[in-house]
Amino acid sequence: MIENLAMPKPRRNVELVLLILALAVGIGASSMVGLNSPAAFDGDFWFQSSLLVVAALAFHLVLRFRAKYADPVMLPIVVALNGLGLALIHRMDQPGEDTGNNQLRWTLLAMAVAIAVIWLLKDHRVIRRFTFISLAASAVLLVLPLVPGISAGEVLGASVWIRIGPMTFQPGEVAKITLAIFFAGYLSSNRDLILLVGRKVGPMQFPRFKDLGPMITAWLVSIGILVFQRDLGTSVLFFGLFIVMIYVATSRISWVVIGLALIVGGGFLASKAFAHVAFRLDSWWNAFTPEVFGRFPGGSAQIVQGLFGMADGGLVGTGLGQGRPDLVPFANSDMIIALIGEELGLIGLFAVVLLYLMLFTRGFRAALGTRDAFGKLLACGLSFAIALQCFVVVGGVTRLIPLTGLTTPFLAAGGSSLLANWIIVGLLLMISHTARGPVDTTPITHAPTLAVKTP
Amino acid sequence: MNHSIRNSWMAAVAMFALLFGAISYVQVIGAGDLNDNPWNQRAVLANYCNDRGAIIVGGKPIAESVPGDESCKFQRQYSQPELYAGITGYFSRSYGSTGLEQQLRDELAGSSDQLFLDRVSQIFLGSQPKGASVELTIDPAIQKLAYDLIPDGQQGSIVVTNPKTGAIIAMVSKPSYDPNLIATHDPAKEKASYEQLNQVPGINLNQSVSGPTGALLAPGSVFKLVDTAAALNSGKYNKDSVLPNPDSLPLPGSSASLPNYAGGNCSVRSTADFAFALEQSCNTPFASIALDLGQKAIADQASKFGFGQDFGDQLKLQSAVSVFPTNLDQAALAQSAVGQRDVKATPLQIAMMTDAIANNGVQMKPELIKTVRAPDLRVISEPKPETLRTSTSPDIAKQITEWMTDVVSKGIASGAAIPGVDVAGKTGTAQLGDSGLNNSWFTGFAPANDPQVAVTIVMQNVDVFTGAKLTSPNAKKIFEAVLNK
Repeated sequence: MIENLAMPKPRRNVELVLLILALAVGIGASSMVGLNSPAAFDGDFWFQSSLLVVAALAFHLVLRFRAKYADPVMLPIVVALNGLGLALIHRMDQPGEDTGNNQLRWTLLAMAVAIAVIWLLKDHRVIRRFTFISLAASAVLLVLPLVPGISAGEVLGASVWIRIGPMTFQPGEVAKITLAIFFAGYLSSNRDLILLVGRKVGPMQFPRFKDLGPMITAWLVSIGILVFQRDLGTSVLFFGLFIVMIYVATSRISWVVIGLALIVGGGFLASKAFAHVAFRLDSWWNAFTPEVFGRFPGGSAQIVQGLFGMADGGLVGTGLGQGRPDLVPFANSDMIIALIGEELGLIGLFAVVLLYLMLFTRGFRAALGTRDAFGKLLACGLSFAIALQCFVVVGGVTRLIPLTGLTTPFLAAGGSSLLANWIIVGLLLMISHTARGPVDTTPITHAPTLAVKTP
Repeated sequence: MNHSIRNSWMAAVAMFALLFGAISYVQVIGAGDLNDNPWNQRAVLANYCNDRGAIIVGGKPIAESVPGDESCKFQRQYSQPELYAGITGYFSRSYGSTGLEQQLRDELAGSSDQLFLDRVSQIFLGSQPKGASVELTIDPAIQKLAYDLIPDGQQGSIVVTNPKTGAIIAMVSKPSYDPNLIATHDPAKEKASYEQLNQVPGINLNQSVSGPTGALLAPGSVFKLVDTAAALNSGKYNKDSVLPNPDSLPLPGSSASLPNYAGGNCSVRSTADFAFALEQSCNTPFASIALDLGQKAIADQASKFGFGQDFGDQLKLQSAVSVFPTNLDQAALAQSAVGQRDVKATPLQIAMMTDAIANNGVQMKPELIKTVRAPDLRVISEPKPETLRTSTSPDIAKQITEWMTDVVSKGIASGAAIPGVDVAGKTGTAQLGDSGLNNSWFTGFAPANDPQVAVTIVMQNVDVFTGAKLTSPNAKKIFEAVLNK
């Protein structure tokens, strides 16, 4: 321990080398798309590529100055995913469509916000002050899509969008972060209370009923999202996030058991009570029956077309720009995983899923390394959220589980998702900076609960 | 706390392990099933825009791929579309393909086994994939003549064959359509055209339900050729047999009776020989034969002429199977023996029957394809005439030919007679309920002693006089056109 602390290594040069590789992935993909489209290597290509390089290097420089012990692998992974996503979205753009450039604008904005978070906060422990503000923010963000005037109404069956001027935004994506902050703050303060009391049943210690309060609240919030916003994916994501955080806080498997029981019970009731949930389940289980395939909306055509595409891609894929992802509805957002499977093959898709696996593994690594409970909980929650979101998306596209409308982090077209996920990466980088860096002996202002001492 | 963080990480890794399994299943293990799924259009679309081989008649393409736009490199184009629609079918992005476009898809797309080496060289040379071209046995002049002989607005089919080889010389039907409308790359036009064409009754969009190979029609009196062959084959009858010829035959087990045609000359004799019965197309003698021989004998003979067998594979067109039904009661047998009630035949089936009689009782495999050529013009297949089956003995065939010649020279098919040439023929008029309308048939061949051409014509839903005008005289024109070549 002492040796580790004596020689922390920044590893920023490793990051720089990896970052160049990551940029090569994104720009390489982009140029392959260019080769296979009528507009090969137009001005746009060079302009977009340069912007991505400049933004990535700027991020790298900020880390050198502000968080030099931050994890050196995370930023390159995310830049590679984001670059690949830009190329794929550009590939799906029909003449006259501008989704690719829009995504690039959001990428730059999201990176700028992530840089600002790192620059301004300096240390993640500061965020703990915002525990209850985060709770309030989460509530506001979740209710916004239902407020008349700024609600974008029901889009594709779900009311998760708001409209401000010409822009649409999915506040639920950001609520993922504020909820994680709240849970981390609340649980790190109250974990002792929850831990110490409770009834033992067999090998498991169950919590007191009154300690179940937060769990019930989280469950109700999730059910509320399902009922009012009709968004199954986000509902599962929030509840999964909460279960993991309370499990990590208490180390009690009983919480997971209760949580899973609530998910199964809630899911069963929802499938009975709500047509949109029943349709989701039906179009998953009976995807290949003609009535379900032909049903619109709520049919299985989208998932089945995605499966056809992936099967066509096979082991090595058709090559970028060579497949027919235009047959798959929403190939550049909800179904971007099917697009990767089709054009880059099993090999390409495995590579992408492995990048996610490495990304959340580095996040968990930061959770292990950091010394404060709040940081551990936050890093663990955010990392698990990335993993769970990928699981729900990729599992849905491959028909492992029912398809829901979650976005694929960093890849799918959509500004709110990019912004939220880049902020998450910013937070994880900050936490990894404290985890890997020398022990900080200077007292943190406004963080009275912190009690870190040198040995 | 670190212990539970590790457990959470393991849970996440376990979820990802499931993902790797699911991806492997979709993209490798289960990929074959997904690729073969009938809803999966990718295989069609994969070569939709390729340079397909042409379908050629008389040295000129009737279907070919011409350069298309940016998004789709080649566009399928049909010249004389209505004239050949029943043979080429269409090649559509949304509605699949029919006709030769469908049945010869491997050759036309260049994916047949014989073209394997061509594909390999295309890969190495980086050239565009190119399909084989198919030349047909169709004679364009006869095809055009036959098509024009069916008046616009009249539903009917004409099949012209060479009985010695089985080659199809012409095969037309009306109403027809323009396959270009469905082969267009514009999805909106494609859909509108398809839906509109589907509304037209009798249109030959699908060869297995309409047109020469698909329309199942009551054959009427042309079926008497089957009765005659069955009778001679049984040994109970010979060319001099005397057949009962009452004006009306009471149907056993029924209060109804089967009459001879009231307007004809049958009533002048109460008994008849085969020659007279065929010349005047009397009903009661053939009904008597069927009741005497039993339905098995008639059904067996029908089957020897090809009833109950699918010519689709041989002709490379979708087709319907002609039926002589089983389990008939005596009344139904008597009526079916004169080509009414439950017996149904396609125009192609009647043509095949006539071909067998013309060719000394030997039925040849029907053939529409003359040559299949690789893109470098090398011949990769050239079907030779093939014997399909023996329908009757040569003696019986010769005897029936003799009587059929009398039908044209002395009997009711005199409209088909050509001065100086012996023409063998048989007409049929199948009544369609009590409407007064009929399916009017002619089937025959010429010259009778050395058959070069057989013609089968059917005009649907016509009165007796229109039917007579549109069948035998038109057959004569086709005989003359082929023989004078």
